[in-house]
Amino acid sequence: MAAIDDRSAAPEIESIDPNAVKKELLSKYPTKVARKRAKQIIINKVGDDCAAPEIGANSRAIPGIITQRGCSYAGCKGVVLGPTRDFVNLTHGPIGCGFYSWLTRRNQTRPPTLEDPNFMPYCFSTDLQDEDIVFGGEKKLRAAIQEAYDIFRPKAISVFSTCPVGLIGDDVHSVAKEMKEKLGINVFGFSCEGYKGVSQSAGHHIANNGIFKHVVGLDDTQKEGKYKINLLGEYNIGGDGFEIDRVLEKCGITTVSTFSGNSTYDQFANAHTADLNTIMCHRSINYVAEMMEKKFGIPWIKVNFTGAGSAAKSLRKIAKYFDDPELIATVEKVIAEEMVEVEKVQAEVRQRCEGKLAMLFVGGSRAHHYQDLFAEMGMKTISAGYEFAHRDDYEGRRVLPDIKVDADSRNIEELHIDPDPDRYRPRKSAEQIEELAAKGFSFKDYEGMMPDMSDGTLVIDDISQYETERMLEIYKPAIFCAGIKEKYAVQKKGIPMKQLHSYDSGGPYAGFKGAVNFYREIDRMVNCKVWSFLKAPWQTNPELAATYACE
Amino acid sequence: MLLRHTPKEVMERNALTINPAKTCQPIGAMYASLGIHGCLPHSHGSQGCCAYHRSALTRHYKEPVMAGTSSFTEGASVFGGQANLIQAIDTIFSVYDPEVIAVHTTCLSETIGDDIPQIARKAEAEGKIPKGKFIIHANTPSYVGTHVTGFANMTKAMVTYFAESNGKRSEQINIIPGYVEPSDMEEIGRIAGELGIKTVMFPDTSNVLNRPQTGKFEMYPKGGVTVGALKTIGESKATVALGQTASWPAARALDVKCNVHCELLDLPIGLKATDRFIDTLRTIAGVSVPDSINLDRGRLLDIITDMHQYFYQKKVALVGDPDQLVALTEFLVSIDMWPIHIVTGTTGKKFEAKIQELTREIPHPVNVKAGGDMFLFHQWIKNDPVDLMMGNTYVKYISRDEDIPFIRFGFPILDRVGHSYFPTVGYRGGMRLLEKILDTLLDRQDRDSPEESFELVM
Repeated sequence: MAAIDDRSAAPEIESIDPNAVKKELLSKYPTKVARKRAKQIIINKVGDDCAAPEIGANSRAIPGIITQRGCSYAGCKGVVLGPTRDFVNLTHGPIGCGFYSWLTRRNQTRPPTLEDPNFMPYCFSTDLQDEDIVFGGEKKLRAAIQEAYDIFRPKAISVFSTCPVGLIGDDVHSVAKEMKEKLGINVFGFSCEGYKGVSQSAGHHIANNGIFKHVVGLDDTQKEGKYKINLLGEYNIGGDGFEIDRVLEKCGITTVSTFSGNSTYDQFANAHTADLNTIMCHRSINYVAEMMEKKFGIPWIKVNFTGAGSAAKSLRKIAKYFDDPELIATVEKVIAEEMVEVEKVQAEVRQRCEGKLAMLFVGGSRAHHYQDLFAEMGMKTISAGYEFAHRDDYEGRRVLPDIKVDADSRNIEELHIDPDPDRYRPRKSAEQIEELAAKGFSFKDYEGMMPDMSDGTLVIDDISQYETERMLEIYKPAIFCAGIKEKYAVQKKGIPMKQLHSYDSGGPYAGFKGAVNFYREIDRMVNCKVWSFLKAPWQTNPELAATYACE
Repeated sequence: MLLRHTPKEVMERNALTINPAKTCQPIGAMYASLGIHGCLPHSHGSQGCCAYHRSALTRHYKEPVMAGTSSFTEGASVFGGQANLIQAIDTIFSVYDPEVIAVHTTCLSETIGDDIPQIARKAEAEGKIPKGKFIIHANTPSYVGTHVTGFANMTKAMVTYFAESNGKRSEQINIIPGYVEPSDMEEIGRIAGELGIKTVMFPDTSNVLNRPQTGKFEMYPKGGVTVGALKTIGESKATVALGQTASWPAARALDVKCNVHCELLDLPIGLKATDRFIDTLRTIAGVSVPDSINLDRGRLLDIITDMHQYFYQKKVALVGDPDQLVALTEFLVSIDMWPIHIVTGTTGKKFEAKIQELTREIPHPVNVKAGGDMFLFHQWIKNDPVDLMMGNTYVKYISRDEDIPFIRFGFPILDRVGHSYFPTVGYRGGMRLLEKILDTLLDRQDRDSPEESFELVM
C-alpha cells in the first residue's frame, strides 16, 4: 500500500492495484457495514459479450455513513415536476421541503410571452404547524388549494406529500379529487413522502406514475411538423434543453414534449401524439417511456446529447428510426457544420488535458454521460458511480429480469397499463422493427455505464464521504465531479471540483455548443493557477529564513 | 417579470404560504452543532432533510458542511428509528471519530415520537459510544417555529448536556452570540478580547464555516467551542445572550440549571445596540473600555455625520429573522432612515410590538408582520414602494422586478461572498453596513441621475 499512502506526488496509475484500493476503502468500516459496502464497490471488468460485474445498487443507505443521497420528495417534486412552469406545485408539509427545493435546481424555462404563466420562481407550501400534525392537515390543504386557485388561476395544481403527511394519514388524493371537481381544473397528488424507497429514485417513479395517470393523453391535438419525438429525462439545467432543441430544430425534428425541462402542462397532455420517445436520463423517466409504449404504441430509444460525439450518434439514431433520406442528409449536414468549432476547441484543450484523471459521482445518469465529454478531451475516467441508480443503469437493461425488488422499495406502486382501445397505434410494424434491428438498431435498450468503462476502474454506488476522501488521496485525480455537498471538501484537498448537478452556475453542457463550453470549463479548472499557491513561500522553504540579504 | 403573478391587491390567506421568510428547525440545529469543536451534527430522520440542510448551508458559506443521517426507510418510519440511530452511532464513531455527535430530529422522527435519550442510553449499553465521547440531542420538530428555533434548541442542549456547577464562580463570562455569521461571532469575541474579558462563546462557528484553503480537508476544523469550555459555563459569572429568539432559551436554562445570572440584549447591530452590548460587558466584568473601542465607535459616528444626507428619510423594506430585524430596525431609525415594511417568517406578537415601538416616531405608516412571507412583503412594496430593500438572496427577484436597490443581509445568501468573512455586528460591522447602504444608494443615484446633475463628488 506504499503507493496509496504517498501523498506527495501524483501516482502512476498502473502501480495502483484496484483490489488493494477496495480493501483499503472497506478497512475502516464495522464488519456489517464493510460487507454491505463490498457489494457496492466494484472493480470493473467487462466480459466478451459486454457483461459487467454485478453491483449492489438501489439498496438502503447505511445510517451515519454520510451519504450524499436525498429523498423521494426531492426526486418527485424537485426533479421531475419542478421544471414545469405552469403548474402550481404545492408542497404539503412543514416549510423546509418547499423552501429547499425553491429555485435551487437550475431548470431554465422560457415562456413565449409575459402573458404565459410561469410559477417556477414561487414556492408554495401548506406550512404545516403542530396543530395540523395533531388534528390532520387535510382542511388546510383544501384551503391552500382554494387560495392558490383564487390568486393564480393555474391550469393545474399538484400536491406533493412530505414525511409527516403519510404518518398522520392525510389523504391528499381524495382532497385533490374533491378540489378538482370543485374548481374545474386538474388537481392531483403525489405520495412522495421522503421515507419512501431509499433515495430520490422512488420519487422519480412516483412522479412518472402520477403524470402518466393524471395528464398524459388528455389532449389529442396533432402538432404540426415532421419527425415528431418526445425528449424524456432532460431537465434543462443551465439551458441544456435549449441547446438540444436548437440542434433538433436545425435538423427539422419536431419536439412534441420535453419531460420536463422548459415544459408545460399542455405538452404533457399531448405527449402521446409523438412517434418516438427518446430518453436522456434513463433512471428518472424510463417508466413513462415504457407506459407510453404499452398504452399508445410509441417505441423508445436511449439517446445521449452529452458529448459532441454522442450527440452526433444520437441524431443519426433518430434519423435512422424515421428512415427518411431527407432527414438523414440534413442530420449529416448539421453534424458537419457543428463539428467545426467542436474539433477546433477539442484540439486546443487536448494539449493541456490529455491523460489527466477524472472521477464522477453524480445522481443517476450524468456519471455515465459525462465520461464521453472527458474522453473527447483525452481525459480518463478512473472511477465513477451514482447516488441512486439501479443495476440496469450500471450494468445495462439486460439484467432487468434478475433484479429483485427489496423490502424498502416494494411499496412503490407499479401501474398496470393496457393498450388504449382507441389510440393505441404501433408506430412501426413488426417487420419494420425487425428490419431496423437487422441494421443494428436497438429499441428499449440501455447498455449501462459499466460496459463503457475500462477494466480496473472502480465503480462505487452511493459513495460515502470517507470513501471520497480516500479515493482523492489515492488517485489524486485532476478533477472530481459531484455535487454541492462534496464540492468544498474536495477543493480543500487542493483538487478542482466540478459540480455536475448545478454546473457551478455554468452551462449548457449538452449538444455541440455545450461540449465546447464544457471543454473550456474543464481546461480552466484543471489548469487554474490557484492550486499552485496553496503553500506560502515561508512554508515551502522555512530553513532559509535565517540568512541575511547582505551576506 | 419573474414574479409577475404577484398581484398588488393583498388577499387574506389562512392556509397557503408563498415564498417563505423562514425555513425549518433542523438546519438551525445543524448550524449550531457545527459551532462545537469536533462535533458531527446528526439528522435523525429520512436522509432528504440532511441533504437539503447540508446543501443550503454549503451554498451560503461555500464551505464543507458535514453531517450524518439516520436514513429512515418506510419500515423505520412505521416502527421507529431506534435501530437506525444505533447503527449510525456505531458507523460514525468507527469511521469519522468525532468528539460529539449532536443529534437533531425532523418532522418524521418527531411525528413518530422517537425517544433520543433512550436510544442513546441503549447505544451506550451496547458499547457503541467510545469512552470520553458524547451524544447530545435536541428535539427540532419542523412544524414548530423556524430555523432560528432549531438553533435555540440545540444551543440549549449544549447547556443541558455539558454545563456543570460546583458552586464556585469564575471571572469568565458566557456569550451566546445568536444565529449570526462566523464573522460576527469572531467580531463579538474580538470586542470582548479588547475589553480584556475572559469569555466562552457558544456556539462558535468562526474558523469552521469560514476556514482557510490550506490544501488539506479537516473533518473537524480548528474552530468551535470545545467540550472542555462548555463544561465550565455553569461556573461563569454571567451569561450575555444576544437575541431573544436564538439565545434566550439557552441562557434561561443555564440560569435554572447552574444559577448563572443572564442578561438579554439585542444583537449588537448598529450604534445603540453595540453601545449596550459593550456597556453591559464592561459593567458585569468591572473593566474600563479601552481607546481602541472608542476609536471604532467614533469612526462609525463619523460616517453617519459625514453621509447623513443620503440616509435621511430613505424608505427601507426589511425581511429576515426576528433578532436581526429588531436590531437592524433600531440602527436604521437611528440614522433617520425609515424602515416601513418589516416581515419575518417567525411568529410572535412580541416582535410586532417591539418593531412598532422602535418605529413609533416615523411619520409614515409602518407595516410589520411576524409569521408573514415574502409574497406579502412584495405586495406591500408594490403598494408603497421603497428606496432600499434588505433581506436574503430571494429578495433579488423582487429587486429585479420592481427595480429597487437591494442589500443582501441574513440567511441564506446564496449568490455572493463576504458575509462569512466580514461582520455586520459591532461598530466595525456597523461601518460595513453603512458602506453597503451608501454604495447601493449612490450607485443607484449615479445610474439614474440626468447627465447635467451627474456628480463627481458625493
